Amino acid sequence: MTKTNIVLTGVGGQGVITAANILGKAAVKAGVNVFVSEVHGMAQRGGSVNCTVRLGDVYGPLVQACSADVIVSTEPIEALRYIDYSNKDTKIITDINPVVPFTVSTGDEVYPDIEKVYNKIKTYGKLYKVDAVKLAKKAGALITKNVVMLGALAGSGVLPFDKKILLDTVLENVPKKYKEINKKAFESGYNSIKK
Amino acid sequence: MEILEDKPGKKILLLGNEAITRGALEAGVDVATTYPGTPSSEIADTFSYIARYFTKQKKDPSYYFEYSTNEKVALEVAGASAISGLRALTCMKHVGLNVASDTFMTYMYIGCNGGHVIISADDPSCHSSQNEQDNRYYALFSGAPMLEPTTPNEAKEMTRIGFEISEKLKSPILLRTTTRLNHVRGPINLKKIKKPRKKGKFERSPMWVTTPAIARKRHPELLKMIKKAGEISEKSEFNKIINVGKPKDWGIVTSGVSYNYVREVADDLNLDIRILKLGMTHPLPRKMCEKFIKSCKKIIVVEELEPILENQFKNIAYDMNSDIELFGKTTNHFSRLFEYNLDIVTEGICNILNIKNPIKKPKKSDIKLPSRPPALCPGCPHRATYYAAKLAKPRGVIYPTDIGCYTLGRAKPLEMADLLLCMGSNAGTACGLSVATDEKIISFMGDSTFFHSGIPPVVNAAHHNHDVVLTVLDNRTTAMTGHQPHPGTEFDGMGRPAKKIFVEEVCKGCGIEKVEITDPNDIKKTTKIFKEALDYKGPAVVVSKSPCILLENRDKRKRGEKIPVYTVDQDKCKKCYLCISKFGCPALYYGENKEVFIDEQQCNGCGNCATICPFDAIVVKEEGK
Repeated sequence: MTKTNIVLTGVGGQGVITAANILGKAAVKAGVNVFVSEVHGMAQRGGSVNCTVRLGDVYGPLVQACSADVIVSTEPIEALRYIDYSNKDTKIITDINPVVPFTVSTGDEVYPDIEKVYNKIKTYGKLYKVDAVKLAKKAGALITKNVVMLGALAGSGVLPFDKKILLDTVLENVPKKYKEINKKAFESGYNSIKK
Repeated sequence: MEILEDKPGKKILLLGNEAITRGALEAGVDVATTYPGTPSSEIADTFSYIARYFTKQKKDPSYYFEYSTNEKVALEVAGASAISGLRALTCMKHVGLNVASDTFMTYMYIGCNGGHVIISADDPSCHSSQNEQDNRYYALFSGAPMLEPTTPNEAKEMTRIGFEISEKLKSPILLRTTTRLNHVRGPINLKKIKKPRKKGKFERSPMWVTTPAIARKRHPELLKMIKKAGEISEKSEFNKIINVGKPKDWGIVTSGVSYNYVREVADDLNLDIRILKLGMTHPLPRKMCEKFIKSCKKIIVVEELEPILENQFKNIAYDMNSDIELFGKTTNHFSRLFEYNLDIVTEGICNILNIKNPIKKPKKSDIKLPSRPPALCPGCPHRATYYAAKLAKPRGVIYPTDIGCYTLGRAKPLEMADLLLCMGSNAGTACGLSVATDEKIISFMGDSTFFHSGIPPVVNAAHHNHDVVLTVLDNRTTAMTGHQPHPGTEFDGMGRPAKKIFVEEVCKGCGIEKVEITDPNDIKKTTKIFKEALDYKGPAVVVSKSPCILLENRDKRKRGEKIPVYTVDQDKCKKCYLCISKFGCPALYYGENKEVFIDEQQCNGCGNCATICPFDAIVVKEEGK
């Protein structure tokens, strides 16, 4: 029996739910059983977002504690927020660009020292840092940051289907004129982990 | 559009809610109605999306769809259609069924000719609700047959077959879901889309008029229907026994999404166990349950929220004189609180079976992370209304509030939400607080909430001359649930032109003599209006009109207009921090030396921070975005 447990996290508005949806569609295309769990309603722009995607011999979408194969985060502290899903073999891929919550802007709370956050994550699993903002901008549009992270996920080698299926699904789900930019974004994310 | 593909056998990925809509299309649904509410909203939004797609092309969408004013009206519109022989669907969140319950309870007495599937989307853990009531009790309460899906594909199938069951029984049925079904995506096996019937026929009969004499005749008919439904339940493909390993003494009874956890835990723990998976949970397949009880020595019941299956199994066991041992909520192995997951179900089953829980306990990180609570968006006109109301009278005011984005006025620094029960409760509780206390009352409700259930308390305030200020935050949409239209918008859920109802005219018609309209972005004028409303003896209504900034900016972008971005002129800023500490727009933040900055990404260009700045230190940046 094979199961792949994927946790996608980030901040509302960064395309986390879209990325999870594309990953689910790719799995269907690959003929792999899949369940995707999302958050709606009160979790709007600026809120913490957490989607889980499970592939293979699974019955539902929720991931158990300490059992993620990979955590992909579009924001560094959000990777740590959901670190309970990690075990020592878990690959934790995170973008390195903080999004400061308004609770910090107003002075009520503190954004932790980023190096301490990385060091803490390393005590849980295997950390991979990606400058997804830079790569997305280089590809041609900041909005493709989530696609950079999907590329990185493909590069991590945990997916039970070919990278091309995921890339094709990405391209099917973006407007025609943005296909080239998304392809570049995906490939740059893939290479950032693979090399 | 993938969801409309008529390709039987094809597999596509759909959200649980979309799958329900697809199931209705495969059953040839004629009429669909709703009032939006998380986690049910995407069922209706998908109907709306498809209808608007056809309307735009001047084609017939094949079904009628509406966002009704509230759940009760939605049930009545669809119910009358089903009584007239059409296939109808009504969807709502769990608390919506409370609103519709008056209609629902008696509708069960008279039944329908066409199939009617009523969806109650429950929300264990209150992800986006004011309570986590278990609406399975509504099936027991009303007598309605009930289906509970486990996966999106099963939700589609239960919707499709639900129409057939409903027609066989001449009774509406409940499809009861939970958030972890509504908002889960999974593979769907497409079946053929059926053509709707289009026009119904109302066959007159005294049986449709529930006078006491008729009601006394209909109640025994309801009991007969439940008996017949029990026979369907016995044969239902949705009720089945699954053997894992080599079952001996132990069995598990479960339903809905809990089955997913049970099934997976059985694999993970290498259990030898018999699982009774119930999909049609009202009425229970009595004989099947008896047989299951006889086949086991000990039974674990795994269900979220209330012990509904557990109690019914106790009843059956009692009637059978069985000495079966039952484990579940009564034995404190499972909680009546919140939604379950794999960890919770593993823990409960391990405790009952007295085996070691193999799931590792994660060690907690000692780094404190800042929270990201939901907040009113930058540029939200509600913030300006709140700010003005507070300026009008900073202390000695109680603020009853309501269900919608504006509940977020609860957060710092506004803190202007003091009492909330349910949709429409703001104005009713405002009346009560004015009777009970000497404080001033300013209540808040959205425009969609006003039409939903806000009007009767406005009439009450007028008739009894309650000394209250009732605020309607009119942003011309149902923003929180995803920008659905409502009676105050000039188009409907099918994208057709619709009669726009004006809040202020309704209030005047309800007998309110002091009705004021304001644009909250004019903070000075709005403050003055609130002051006058507070001074007024008797009920006053303030209609604060400004469109949701997200819609406004979307339209601006469509028109090719730029959205202004504001910036702080550091030379002029005196660091009084009024903009952050009193107004609290999330786009504003402190720099390293406590300077104030504006996050360009987040700024939606409303300019209200510039208006309130006493030193004119906030200005428009040249370029905009």
